[in-house]
Amino acid sequence: MIPTLFGLTLPFLILAALTIAGAVAAALLRNLVHCALSLTITFAGLALLYLNLDAQFVGFVQMLVYIGAVAILVVFAILLTRGAGMPEYRSFSSNWLLGLVLAAATFALLAWAVTLSLPASAASAAPAVTVQGIGVALMTTYVLPLEIVAILLTVALIGAVIVAMPEAKSAKSPSAGKAGAQ
Amino acid sequence: MSLPSQLDQVFVLLQHWVAGLFPVWLQPFVATVLAVVGIVASFPAIFAVTTVLERKGLGRIQNRLGPNRVGPLGILQPVADGIKSLTKEDIVPFTADGLVHFLAPVVLVVAVFLGFAVLPIGRNMVLANMDAGLLFFFAIGASTELSVFMAGWSSRNKYSLLGAMRAVAQMISYEVPLLLSATVIVMMTGSLSTVKIVEAQGGFTGFLPHWYVFTPWGFAGFVLFVIAALAETNRSPFDLPEGESELVAGYFTEYSGFKFALFFLGEYLGMFSIAGFAITLFLGGWGAPFSFLGFVPSWGWFFLKLLGAIALFIWLRGTLPRLRQDQLMNFAWKFMLPMTLLNLVVAGAWRFMGEGPFGGVTRWLVCSAVLLAAYVLLGRVLMRHQKLGPRSYRYAE
Repeated sequence: MIPTLFGLTLPFLILAALTIAGAVAAALLRNLVHCALSLTITFAGLALLYLNLDAQFVGFVQMLVYIGAVAILVVFAILLTRGAGMPEYRSFSSNWLLGLVLAAATFALLAWAVTLSLPASAASAAPAVTVQGIGVALMTTYVLPLEIVAILLTVALIGAVIVAMPEAKSAKSPSAGKAGAQ
Repeated sequence: MSLPSQLDQVFVLLQHWVAGLFPVWLQPFVATVLAVVGIVASFPAIFAVTTVLERKGLGRIQNRLGPNRVGPLGILQPVADGIKSLTKEDIVPFTADGLVHFLAPVVLVVAVFLGFAVLPIGRNMVLANMDAGLLFFFAIGASTELSVFMAGWSSRNKYSLLGAMRAVAQMISYEVPLLLSATVIVMMTGSLSTVKIVEAQGGFTGFLPHWYVFTPWGFAGFVLFVIAALAETNRSPFDLPEGESELVAGYFTEYSGFKFALFFLGEYLGMFSIAGFAITLFLGGWGAPFSFLGFVPSWGWFFLKLLGAIALFIWLRGTLPRLRQDQLMNFAWKFMLPMTLLNLVVAGAWRFMGEGPFGGVTRWLVCSAVLLAAYVLLGRVLMRHQKLGPRSYRYAE
């Protein structure tokens, strides 16, 4: 048997410690890139927690999307806006009290929702969700939400391309181009 | 058990025999450790052989001899290289970010090794037969981008940072066609498990195998996958991130000694794992190419195919010039992406045009014609708008 502590298994405790440590480091470190990298540890810890709960699909997608894309996006945003060579920032903002209240309120709301949604018999067997089952559900029952998300993402992509496009039309109407530049 | 099948399963039998020497509760653990040791020992050994073959092969292509001083014909060159990299001084730049600088090569090598966990090397020879094995491989592959960034950023060197930014942009751009070209296989197999994908290609018609590469959508998918894989592993002609004429050595400029060797190892292991997945997805995995060659062990076929893939990569490296950054991006988004999307539609059409004698021939003709027409049209349109003169820069002049 797997040894347990406070009714929690050892792998879960290790992963939880890793996740929380990453999150705390992300909040407290002074260098923004270090913060982003610590946040990546949290993402990885969450992915491993999902895998620990036998949720393969969610775990792998968490890795693919959060470590592969979101972390890179965060890092790019930091480098493109602040530059790579400025390591020092204040770790506490001036309105930290407000932030603390907001964080506590969010946590309380989520905890309340989670405790409400717990099934009456906590010991019920975990549902066996295969990747194939998820795929079938996405393609049959939830095909409309899936398509709506797809359209939303395509619109976002086209929007990003339009924003990044060089202003080629300004050659035809130089006055409009100049006004835009000023 | 007959001799061929015994030879086929020799590593599996060995693993079971060694694990049987331990108490029962320890056996699963020992079996896993043995499998991991097998992977961690064999692929770096192939890496050592590949470095010699690559330098020799490139030498041949460039009409020179290549390494020929250490041992007979220079085959002991990797030993000398290994000793050199172990004994060299490990220089960390004064302003570098020590911890991140140290972690970057470690993260890269660990992530790349994890990818081998779901690679079926032979019959019954896969470390973790996961339900979502293919997804695991791509998820792990995505985390190598972060190690490249860590290396480039922590070095505090503009060439390193430029190389890392190029590498990350390139890997993210080519990840889309890589995933989409692999999706075709998932559509046709109905499974993300690498073992099931290999088993689905197991049959023979006459003496010819049912590999996916021998269908129009499979062939197009294979070519697209290999191009995306070359870009994903920063191999020539997509080796801009370490373009030595522009960026010294790109993101690992500031690495020396064994850390540099780790980057080198990670790069080659990444190439092996992605070539292994190309073999698994399109070339029948460990299956024999002809029905009468079934007596050769399955792992033998896998490694033969892997060596063939490596030879192809070396040949391409010796033949093609390096792309420019704008050509790279244009190719990814204007050629690769439309082709992979079209290939998805073609694969769907193939599936619903039926198996019969009439449908079989028509679907071959229709699918091939659509893909060929799209290839020619996209190529023509791209070439028409291609300005092959010197590039004009918007911000840097």
